[in-house]
Amino acid sequence: MKSLFKQNVILFLLIITIVVIPLIIKRDSEFGGADGEAEGLIQEINPDYEPWFESFWEPPSGEIESLLFSIQVAIGAGLIGYILGVLKERRNIVTDR
Amino acid sequence: MKKKSLMWSVLLILVITPQIAQAMHIMEGFLPLKWAIAWSVLTLPFLAVGLKKVAKGLREEKDYKMMLGLVGGFAFVLSALKIPSVTGSCSHPTGVGLGAILFGPTTMTVIGTIVLLFQALLLAHGGITTLGANSFSMAVVGPFVSYGIYKVLGRKSKNKSLAVFLAASLGDLATYIITSIQLSLAFPDAMGGIAASLTKFLSVFAVTQIPLAIVEGIITVMVFNLIQEYRKEGVIKLEESI
Repeated sequence: MKSLFKQNVILFLLIITIVVIPLIIKRDSEFGGADGEAEGLIQEINPDYEPWFESFWEPPSGEIESLLFSIQVAIGAGLIGYILGVLKERRNIVTDR
Repeated sequence: MKKKSLMWSVLLILVITPQIAQAMHIMEGFLPLKWAIAWSVLTLPFLAVGLKKVAKGLREEKDYKMMLGLVGGFAFVLSALKIPSVTGSCSHPTGVGLGAILFGPTTMTVIGTIVLLFQALLLAHGGITTLGANSFSMAVVGPFVSYGIYKVLGRKSKNKSLAVFLAASLGDLATYIITSIQLSLAFPDAMGGIAASLTKFLSVFAVTQIPLAIVEGIITVMVFNLIQEYRKEGVIKLEESI
């Protein structure tokens, strides 16, 4: 378990590096969503295309969007944390015997 | 009681998940009707098999629900993380690779499709009309690629980390390649046809995705190793694929 922890720390630092590098080398970019770009591409390839269906509901603002986003991550992470906690406790019981 | 509250939290995530998982999905109304129908028809059989499998697992295996909650939560968190990429735009991982390795691909067809459905309904990301196509890329092809790679590389090797890494990251990449193919089939370039427009869509989706696929691979390895550790100690009892 100890070596796994060490390995995970290294892997985690690697992830941070991969995420931060684009922010540095592409400092002037907007970092918008890739799907927005695809939408632009479609308009470019086929300027006459009209989306034939509209979403029923859209979040009214970027703030509402990020609210839902944060709640999603919080609950997902909470669920993972809960289950890992259960497993850890279970291991204590198993190894005590 | 515990099981019940776990189920509720899974359900709640399913409802809320929505969000920002947009970066890969084809937008509402952006696939012509015949393509929308074609991709839906292709996805349905996988969904049916997956539903059957999940029902069987829940019935017969003790730790199935808990582990499904873990891979489900993993998919929700990962598909919500919008990460900057070297192309100067953002995208997000899929999070379905881990579940595909642990439970098999069709199980993730179920989870992925539910995620996409609620995203379409609540957050205007992806769409109802493009659900079939988006499911096909993220919840069918992605998981199958991950599962296949893991089966081929991981079975014999003692240290499974490399197999898991490749499975998760290439499955992630495959999802976006399929999205590009779907869009170029529906929108062939006036001059260069399907090939030319495929190049364009790939340059948006696939190139952006490369660093993110690497990140997804690494995170999947971290969680997978943890699960393996518990499994070796006999803490988790799970029959499926490993």
